[in-house]
Amino acid sequence: MTERNGDGIVARDVCRSFGDHLVLDHVDLDVAEGSIVALVGPNGAGKTTMVRILSTLIPADSGSAWIAGCDVATDPDGVRAVIGVTGQFSAVDNLLTGRENLQLMADLRHLGRDAGRRRVDELLAHFELTDAADRPLSLYSGGMRRRLDLAMTLVTPPRVIFLDEPTTGLDPRSRRTMWAIIRELAADGVTILLTTQYLDEADQLADRIAVLDRGRIVAEGTPAELKARIPGGHLRLHFAGPDQLHAAAGLLPTAASDPDQLVLQVAADGTADSLRELLDEMHRARIGVERVSIHTPDLDDVFLAITGSPTTGPFDGEPTLQGVARP
Amino acid sequence: MTTLAYTLSDSRVMLRRNLKHQLRYPSMTLMLVGMPIVLLLLFVYVFGGQLGAGLGAHEGRRAYLDFVVPGLFLVTVAAAVQGTSIMVAMDMTGGIIDRFRTMAIARVSVLTGHVLGSLIQTLAALAVLVGVAFGLGFRTAAGPVAWLAAIGMLALFAFALIWLAVALGLAAKSVETASNTPMVLFLLVFLSSAFVRARSMPEGLRQFAGYQPFSPMVDTTRGLLTGGGVGNQAVVAVAWSIGIAVVSYVWATRLYNGRRAADPS
Repeated sequence: MTERNGDGIVARDVCRSFGDHLVLDHVDLDVAEGSIVALVGPNGAGKTTMVRILSTLIPADSGSAWIAGCDVATDPDGVRAVIGVTGQFSAVDNLLTGRENLQLMADLRHLGRDAGRRRVDELLAHFELTDAADRPLSLYSGGMRRRLDLAMTLVTPPRVIFLDEPTTGLDPRSRRTMWAIIRELAADGVTILLTTQYLDEADQLADRIAVLDRGRIVAEGTPAELKARIPGGHLRLHFAGPDQLHAAAGLLPTAASDPDQLVLQVAADGTADSLRELLDEMHRARIGVERVSIHTPDLDDVFLAITGSPTTGPFDGEPTLQGVARP
Repeated sequence: MTTLAYTLSDSRVMLRRNLKHQLRYPSMTLMLVGMPIVLLLLFVYVFGGQLGAGLGAHEGRRAYLDFVVPGLFLVTVAAAVQGTSIMVAMDMTGGIIDRFRTMAIARVSVLTGHVLGSLIQTLAALAVLVGVAFGLGFRTAAGPVAWLAAIGMLALFAFALIWLAVALGLAAKSVETASNTPMVLFLLVFLSSAFVRARSMPEGLRQFAGYQPFSPMVDTTRGLLTGGGVGNQAVVAVAWSIGIAVVSYVWATRLYNGRRAADPS
């Protein structure tokens, strides 16, 4: 309790179980003021539970958390006054129109009649919902509902926003629109905790990434730091026939050969020099290479390497992702 | 603004939301208004001849109409309770409630919005029923004071049962359960003095009818409208109403504040 708790999001030693199932296991999390942190993990990792605790919807069993300096457990109203939550399941009123939903938020934030109406019009225009403003939500697309959902969160600009899987189920175009909106919020200095299953989303948006697996934070850092944890990428040499493949495999005994696809996979760091050297060697041995592809590590590799390891969780019986990690 | 002013303001906003819901979901309102009218027609024109003869009056059917209208007021209240329970349960399954719970608003306003919205809906349905009853030839000796007293009693009773409906809606695991549980209240209306005099029932049933909340309520309303006097039944009815309201309010707010998120991760 005496810990300096900052202006962003701070969580220390947060635990939470549902029945016998330990969903959050001593989780620490820091989101510096004005930054975006992505909480990444597979389904059931505990991401939504973490957001529910931080947004005062459910209590933690133990541990502490502060939002903009307010203790989640002892000052929930202080927390509620500064946060905005856009949940995984859209938190909109389906029997009202888009405009009525926003007006409802404006009224509950006590904006006053004129200021409220102005703000509603502003948000409708900003989120490209003006044309659909007076239609019932049953006629809204998934992307429109998410935009309305987020607009409702922003009726009075919150200092801290929780975005729980904001693009799940959206088409690629709507996803990009949401990304642009989220970047804009971050540029305005809002602190954002984003949960997602999509690593490209975390890579695109987040300053830092925390990987949650079976209730534990198993890795934390900037996207670049996490990628650096996976040693180098590899080159794939594609050959015209088995003879060439065989000859090349003889030349490079450490490389992995795939006779079915006529591919030789060579560990390499992806620099131009290493590529030139390899191709020169093939050239000198008069082995024709049809095509070369380069694979550099991305967050998917990091993710699989971290969460796929059978030593990360207490549930040894569960299937791991190790088997599908790499050929 | 003070805390009280915020609570009132938030409740008014939630009331407006619920009134809009009623307009957008008219089948519920139609059921609430229509069912008592259908029962009124059924009881007066199908059963009314024989049941009216049992009242020992000269014009049986006509006398039965006067007798049964207060009973149908209570059917209307019971129907409102079922509608409220369904609306609350539906509301709780949507994500909007979680949004409300993460906002700095008066928590109880979500519930008071439902209660006030349902109360207005019930009073409107009662007004329609009164109009239909007069159209069929309902006669009353009641003056304005007696009418006001009857409306006040019905509003108080409806208020209490609507809080019960909110609690039942919150306690229900699904919208189906929320729709079924209040059926018990309909049964209570039939097992009261709403449709026949309790003294015409067999011994055990008569005692049950005497000690359940709908009978004093029907007797009080009937007494006020037919000028037959209400005796201590009004006191019993008010006591029941206050008791049900207080218990249901405490139960409902506890359920709402303690409500856990359904999704475990």
